[in-house]
Amino acid sequence: MKKVIGLLVAIVLSPIAFASSETTVTIAGSTSVSNVMEVLGETYQKKTGIDVEVQGMGSSAGIVAARNGTTMLGMSSRELTIDELTDVDTMVIAHDGIAIVINKSNPVENLTKEEIKKIYRQEITNWKEVGGEDKPIIAVTRDVSSGTREEFEKILGLKRNVNNIEVSDISPRTLVGNGNGMVKTMVANNIYALAYISLGSVDHELLVKALSVDGIKATNENVFSGEYKLARSFIVLYKKNVAQPALDFVNYIMSDEGQKIIDDQGYISIEQSHN
Amino acid sequence: MLTRKTQDKFLLAATWAAATVTILFLLWVVWHVLSNGLSFVTWEFITSSYTRIGEASGIWPMIVSTVYMVVLTLSIATPIGIMTAIYLTEYAKPGSKIVQVIRFCIESLAGIPSIVYGLFGMTFFVTTLGLGFSILAGSLTLSILILPVIIRTTEEALMAVPMSYREGGYALGSSKIYTIWRLILPSAMPGIITAIILSIGRVIGESAPVFLTAGMVTKIPESVLDSGRTLTVHLYKLTQELFSQNEWDQAYATATVLIVLVLFLNLITKLIATRYAKKSY
Amino acid sequence: MNIGNKSLPQTAQSIPTKKRDWIGIFFHILFICSALVGVFSLATIVWFLFSEGLPAFRQAGVLDLVFGDLWLPPALFGIFPMIVASLASTIGAVIVGVPVALFTAVFLAELAPQWLANIVRPAVELLAGIPSVVYGFFGLVIIVPAIEVIFNIPAGNTILAGIIVLAIMILPTVITISETSLRALPPVYKEGALALGASNIYSIFKVLIPAAKSGILTAIALGVARALGETMAIIMVMGNAPAMPGSLLDPARTLTANIAMEMSYATGIHASALYATGIVLLVFIVILNAVILYINKKRAY
Repeated sequence: MKKVIGLLVAIVLSPIAFASSETTVTIAGSTSVSNVMEVLGETYQKKTGIDVEVQGMGSSAGIVAARNGTTMLGMSSRELTIDELTDVDTMVIAHDGIAIVINKSNPVENLTKEEIKKIYRQEITNWKEVGGEDKPIIAVTRDVSSGTREEFEKILGLKRNVNNIEVSDISPRTLVGNGNGMVKTMVANNIYALAYISLGSVDHELLVKALSVDGIKATNENVFSGEYKLARSFIVLYKKNVAQPALDFVNYIMSDEGQKIIDDQGYISIEQSHN
Repeated sequence: MLTRKTQDKFLLAATWAAATVTILFLLWVVWHVLSNGLSFVTWEFITSSYTRIGEASGIWPMIVSTVYMVVLTLSIATPIGIMTAIYLTEYAKPGSKIVQVIRFCIESLAGIPSIVYGLFGMTFFVTTLGLGFSILAGSLTLSILILPVIIRTTEEALMAVPMSYREGGYALGSSKIYTIWRLILPSAMPGIITAIILSIGRVIGESAPVFLTAGMVTKIPESVLDSGRTLTVHLYKLTQELFSQNEWDQAYATATVLIVLVLFLNLITKLIATRYAKKSY
Repeated sequence: MNIGNKSLPQTAQSIPTKKRDWIGIFFHILFICSALVGVFSLATIVWFLFSEGLPAFRQAGVLDLVFGDLWLPPALFGIFPMIVASLASTIGAVIVGVPVALFTAVFLAELAPQWLANIVRPAVELLAGIPSVVYGFFGLVIIVPAIEVIFNIPAGNTILAGIIVLAIMILPTVITISETSLRALPPVYKEGALALGASNIYSIFKVLIPAAKSGILTAIALGVARALGETMAIIMVMGNAPAMPGSLLDPARTLTANIAMEMSYATGIHASALYATGIVLLVFIVILNAVILYINKKRAY
C-alpha cells in the first residue's frame, strides 16, 4: 500500500517539486516565542527576500520537529531535557517573564508564590482568602506540553512524583486553554479568572492585568534584574548539520537589529540583560 | 375526542416551534458573524497578505492555500472516487465478496472521526513519508477523508442512469468502456458535479486534520511541499491567539468570508440540482 | 422511463467485446485498483493506529488506560473522564437536538406549505455547511457567557455549553435523513390512516413516524457519530479540564479534544496514549456502525 501512495506522491510531485524554494527557513515550536518570531521572520524576509515559515505549535512539538528534521529550527520557551539536547545546538535568543494575569475588574494586586501554588492545587478557591472579594477563583492553565506551563510548574514547585515519574501537580479540574491568546481571552471575559501567560504578550492588552508576585512588579526590568522570579529563556534549537540559511537567520536574530525587534515587541533582549 | 384534538394542536404547534427554533439558530449564528464581520471584509482585507508588522492585515495567503488544498485534494480524490463508483456499479457483481469488502471499507472510512485522520496523516504522510507539514500531506489526508462522499454520490448518479442507455450503447456495438465514457458518465455528470461541490465544502470546513498535516504558515505556498494555512485553520488560530480588538475583527471577517463561501457553494449545488431535475423530463 | 432494476442485471454487464479487448481489460484493472485504494487506506489507517497505540496499552494496561481517571502524562494515562465527557456531551446533544430535528423533519415532509419548505430546506443545508470552527467561535462568545449568567456560575466553559453547540451541529444531519425516510414511505400509509378516520396529525405521529422508524434511527446514529467526532468546536467551549466531571456544569475534555490538544506536542509513550485514545474513539464508532447495520438489517426483513 505504501507503494501505491508513494507512486501517487511521485506523480503529483514530479512537475512541482523543482519549484520548491531553496531559500525558505522553517521554524516551529513555542506559541510564546512564535509571537515575536513571526515579526522577526517578516522583517527578515523584507530585508533579504528569504522566507521564514513560523508555526506556533508548542515547545515540545518544536523540539521534536527540529530533531527529526521536519523543520530546520525549533523554538522552545522551556529548558531542554538532557535527552533532547543530544545532537542539537541551542541558542538563547531572549528572556521573558511569566505574568500572572487576572481580569481588569478584579481589585487584587499582589499574590505570593505560595498563594499561586495553592490556587493551582485548588487549596485556595476563593479570592477572599488572598485579600480579594468573596468570589470563586477560576484558575486557567495551559496544555501539558506548553513550555510556559513547564517553566511555571518548575519555578513554583508544582510538581509531584507518580511511579517515580515527575508529573504536573496542577489540579486536573483547572480549565485548560491552548495558546497564550485562548488563555488571555478566557481571563479577559471572566471576572473570576486567573492565568499565567508570557509577559511579553501582556503589555498591549487592556482587559487583563499582571499581578505583582511577592510584592515585585512584573516588569521587564524586574525580570532581568532577577528580582521577579517567574522568568524563563526563549531558545532556538537546530541540528548540528542544519542548512546555512537557517544559521543565517539565527545570526540575524542575535544581531543588534534582531535584538532590537525583540525589545520593541516587549520581550527582553540578550544585550539588555547583559548590561 | 376533545383531548385528541388538543393533542393534535399541541403536536402541530410543536412542529412549527421546532422548525422556527432551527431557523432562528441558523439566523442567529449567521447574523452574529455577519453583523460583526461584514464591515471589515474590504477588498483590501481579502487581497492583502497577513502581516504582523504592518497595519493592514489580510487573508489572501489563506485564500490561496485553501484553493490549493481544494484543487489538489480533488485532483487526487475525484478520479479515484469516480473510478471506484464505476467499478461498483458497472463492473462488479452485485453482492460479491469483493464488493462487500469495498463497501464495508468505504462505510468505515466515512465513519472515522476527522481528528483520527489528522492523527494518521501526521504520522504517515508528514513523518513516515517525510513530506513535512505541507499542502501535499494535507491534501492526501483530506483525499481519503472525502473519498466516501465522492464514491457514494457518484454511485447514486450512475445508478440513476437508465438501463436503456447501456443497452442502446451495446446494441450499437460500442465497447463497454466507450459506452461508459460517452453515454453513462455524461448523463451522470450533474450528480458527479454535486459530489465534487460537496467535497469542496468538506475540504474548506475541516480544521483539525488540516493543521496537523498542512501546518499553519501564513504565507502563500510556493509549491505543494510548502506549508499553508487554510481559512478555517486561520479562524481557529485567530481565536487561539486573540490579543487585540483588531484581531477580533479579523476573526469575524474571516468567519464572514467562510459563511459567504459556503452559501455560494450551496447555491451552485441548488442550481445544478434544478437543471438536472428539468433535464430528466 | 427507467426499464431496468436498481442493481444492474448481469446480462448488461457481460457484453462480449471482440475488438480492442485489451483496452477493456486495462480499464477493468484500473477501476479495480481505484476501488482498492479505499480498502488500502482503511487498512493503513487501522494498522498505523494500532501499531502506534498498542505500546500505551501494553505499558499502562488496558484497564488502567480505559478506566483510569487520572491523566498525568508521562506517568498516568487514564482516559475514563474523557470517555465520560464524550458520552455525556453526545447523549446530551441527542436529547436536546433530536426532538427539535425530528419535529422539523415532520414539518418539512408533511406539514409545511410548499413555499415555506422551500425556504427552510436550503437553510438547513446551509446549517450543515458552516465550518465547525464557526460554531465553536459562536459558542465561545455567545453560549459560554450566557451559561454564566443563566446558571450563575463563575465559568461557562462546561459540558452544557458543549451539548448546546453539538445539538445545533447535529440538527441538519438528523433533519435531512429523517425527512428523506419520511418522504420515502408509500402514500398508502397515510391514505389508509386518513381513510380510517384518523386526523392528519394523528396519522403522521402514529402511523408515519413508526413506519419510518429505521430511517429515523439511522439519522440519529449518524448524528451521534457527528457529535462524537466533533473536535474544534468542543475545544473552544468545554474548558478541557481532564478531571472527572461531576455535573453538566463542570468543564470536561472529550476524547477528540484530548487528541487535538496534545498531539502536535506529544512524544514517546504520551503520543502512544493519544493513539490509544483514537482507538477507543474508533471502538465507539464501530459499535455505532454495528447498530446502524442492525437497524438496516431489521428493516430489510
